Amino acid sequence: MTAADLTITQAAAGLASGEMTSTQLTEAVLDRAAMTEAVLHAYLTMDRDGAMAAAAESDRRHARKDPLGPLDGIPIALKDNMCTHGVETTASSKILAGYRPPYDATVVERLRSQGAVITGKTNLDEFAMGSSTENSAYGATSNPWDPDRVPGGSSGGSAAVVAAGSALGALGSDTGGSIRQPAALCGVVGMKPTYGLVSRFGLIAFASSLDQIGPFTRTVTDSALLLDAIAGFDPRDATSFRGEYPNFSDAIGRGVQGLRIGVVKEFSGEGFEPAVEAACSSMLDRLSATGADVVEVSVPTVDAALSAYYLIAPAECSANLARFDGIRYGLRVSGATTEEMMARSRAEGFGPEVTRRILLGTYALSAGYYDAFYGKALEVRALLQADFAAAYEKVDVLVSPTSPFTAFKMGDKSQDPLAMYLCDICTIPSNLAGHPGISIPIGLDESGLPIGFQVMAPALGEPVMYRVAAEVERLATFDARPELAGVTA
Amino acid sequence: MSVLEGWEAVIGIEVHVELLTQSKMFCGCKVGFGDEPNMNVCPTCLGLPGALPVPNRTAIEWISKIGMALNCEISETSVFHRKNYFYADLPKNYQISQFDIPVCHDGFLDVAVDGDTVRIGIERAHQEEDTGKSLHMGEGGRIHAATETLLDFNRSGVPLVEIVSKPDIRTAAQARAYAQELRNVILELDVSDAKLEEGSMRFDANISVRQEGAPEFGTKVEIKNMNSFRSLERAVAYEIERQVDEITSGGTVIQETRHWDEEAGVTHGMRTKEGSSDYRYFTEPDLVPIVIDATWQAEIRQSLPELPAERRARYADLGLDPHLAGVLAGADADLRAVFDHAVDAGADAKAAAIWITGEVTAWLRREDTAPGDSPLTGEWLAALVAMVSDSKVSASAAKDVLDGVMRGEGAPEAVAEGRDLIQISDAGAIAAAVDEVLAANPDAVERYQAGEQKVVGFLVGQVMRATQGKAEPKLVNELLREKLS
Ligand SMILES: [Zn+2]
Repeated sequence: MTAADLTITQAAAGLASGEMTSTQLTEAVLDRAAMTEAVLHAYLTMDRDGAMAAAAESDRRHARKDPLGPLDGIPIALKDNMCTHGVETTASSKILAGYRPPYDATVVERLRSQGAVITGKTNLDEFAMGSSTENSAYGATSNPWDPDRVPGGSSGGSAAVVAAGSALGALGSDTGGSIRQPAALCGVVGMKPTYGLVSRFGLIAFASSLDQIGPFTRTVTDSALLLDAIAGFDPRDATSFRGEYPNFSDAIGRGVQGLRIGVVKEFSGEGFEPAVEAACSSMLDRLSATGADVVEVSVPTVDAALSAYYLIAPAECSANLARFDGIRYGLRVSGATTEEMMARSRAEGFGPEVTRRILLGTYALSAGYYDAFYGKALEVRALLQADFAAAYEKVDVLVSPTSPFTAFKMGDKSQDPLAMYLCDICTIPSNLAGHPGISIPIGLDESGLPIGFQVMAPALGEPVMYRVAAEVERLATFDARPELAGVTA
Repeated sequence: MSVLEGWEAVIGIEVHVELLTQSKMFCGCKVGFGDEPNMNVCPTCLGLPGALPVPNRTAIEWISKIGMALNCEISETSVFHRKNYFYADLPKNYQISQFDIPVCHDGFLDVAVDGDTVRIGIERAHQEEDTGKSLHMGEGGRIHAATETLLDFNRSGVPLVEIVSKPDIRTAAQARAYAQELRNVILELDVSDAKLEEGSMRFDANISVRQEGAPEFGTKVEIKNMNSFRSLERAVAYEIERQVDEITSGGTVIQETRHWDEEAGVTHGMRTKEGSSDYRYFTEPDLVPIVIDATWQAEIRQSLPELPAERRARYADLGLDPHLAGVLAGADADLRAVFDHAVDAGADAKAAAIWITGEVTAWLRREDTAPGDSPLTGEWLAALVAMVSDSKVSASAAKDVLDGVMRGEGAPEAVAEGRDLIQISDAGAIAAAVDEVLAANPDAVERYQAGEQKVVGFLVGQVMRATQGKAEPKLVNELLREKLS
């Protein structure tokens, strides 16, 4: 145990009391990273100098008893699809190798203005497309619980650094489960907020109507704390939520007495590992025993959600990624004409999964196919939203396994896109509906791999979602930590 | 025109107008023309990773004004779409535009052509963003021979309104009149400088021909690169004839985009790529629908100025003929204000209008003076008009009076006094001058009495000379004839 194993809440208390300094904390985290990175490859860029400078500044504020808030001095990692001023931001793509944004994403601005120490940029599936972090142009990330296995994805790097203690918290982005699924596979808490709650300004877009930034932490309390820090109206994002933002931390610790918890019937059976099902059903028993009203609920359209998602997300990405053309920034491969230069830069700059999705999306939007594909997918999305609305008439939250299975071996699914797409079957519906969801670790399978439990809520239902998540965490008493080649023991 | 006998052209015009808002459509960058390249740019209008668009409220207000001026319906909720195509000066490689629900739809514009009024339907007016500019270097700037292309993104993201007419236009003259009237409306609304030569107003024409009475449209050809009203008219006329020629000589018109060559006076087919027109439109997920509710619409409607057509009608009611009303309606706003005040002050509308559109405009142009800088007021113009009609000054002396007024010498009466231009209408004074002239020109008198009537003109001239031009010519004439007979 070192300071790197503290939760954000614990570390914040230590910094506030003067028991330790941010410099000590940041050093402990960077030291941990120095040891774990050789195995994990979870960071693409580490900003040691920037982090130590930010820590020193934080220490001066703490010494003056004038910290900027609970995150002042806390080392936080960022998924490498969030723009950081002057710090290389690649989205794990070759096409953005060496790209240094001239501005900070809104979330980065918010973290910095609250004194957070940015440790670096974490690995992801290229442009956040994938569920294993194997689709990175800069090499795969390993799961801290078993380096031969994937950490999930696409925010696998952020999940892994939080699990390994090479950051106390991290931000990821979730388009179809890219926060919750790696959180489940790495045994940490990962949360996707209601669409619009966290600004997307400065997030390199994958699918704009689905993307949402959210926190990775070791505890539910830390999750709410970090969400409080990054959520808020942003005039630079036209889809930003304009209403009143609740205090998410306030929702924690109130128990689930009298709450109605709906178990999504469709997320069980074929394709779900028995250990995952057993752990979830045991959690449901405990929730029931502690006073919740646990009922089975059917959300029939979720069966079509995966297909709809794999039309809508590629369609949006086909336009979002059009700007990477070798003209103004990023990789340029020369050609005889401008068109040839663009085509060559893109052919060489994008990896196979990104290329596949751009082609899928272009096809789905093409004249003559739009109605049958993209148009149909939008209809499914609307039906799903109606289904969810009906379900939330009956229950306060919906629950399910986060992932049908625990961490799989590297290479197991990377040659089979359809098998890989099934990773997100339980998480995609929340994105299509714009609803929040959180994954909480609730146990280990027989191989010692973490199992995640998902709590979903209607739009802006974060308070009740956190309330249930905190109780799940309390009941799970999950305190296992990965023993990564002896370095984190 | 005989070759066109029995043929009818069907023409629709698409007009792009850059709005002269302070900031761009989806970012805070300045809208500025002629600035150093790439000075007015930011992550959003450069299409940098992660940047997002936020719509400009003023632009939405201004396109609504345009729609209202064109008698359009305004969509209470309209939607932005992405129009996808790859082009070097389009930084995102998609343009944020509108597709099935534009801000404005189903309007019309009444256009005067050769004394008739033609109603041209407006299909829609939608909001979009402009592209950057490519500058092809080397080999005379031709795109295919360029060795280097420089990009300037100052224009990227400038609010652009596309106004699409219905295919109601039938002749080249109508096409020109429509474009001109549309420009007048835009200028009146003060939402764009609408300069054709600088490209802040640009038009494309869609033209097909069919035999008169045929129910179906012919194959449509799009004409681009017309940089003046004259070239629009010429290009449309040329293209109509070309298509009729093509068909009557046994060929077929192919659907294509053609480029107008101003110097050669012809259209050329452009190399078009297969499938290039599939823009894969879909709803822009970075933006929420634009809502222009009844309250906002009412506010915008309230701010509409008097439009050219309304103004022409008002002038016609004052008794101006359509031509004069049209010219005056197109005059500078400051001059129109002088006219309105002069009429209010009791001036004869026609005389005042002729002064404003004639001598006043000519003086300002000659002296390179802005209308707003001239001291001429409506009251003074009314006074000048009255001085002429009361024969206080002659028509030619009145021009001198105006010159003095314009030069700041004071009110017309004062100028006329100061410059000694008041007509002599005292019969006694003129009679004396007449007597002198008759005495000095006995041979002229003789010739007159011998029946040579035209010699009167010479004698009048002599009297005018003797009075330094101040004698009232009518009176001189009368007295001369009296004394000669
Ligand atoms: Zn800009």
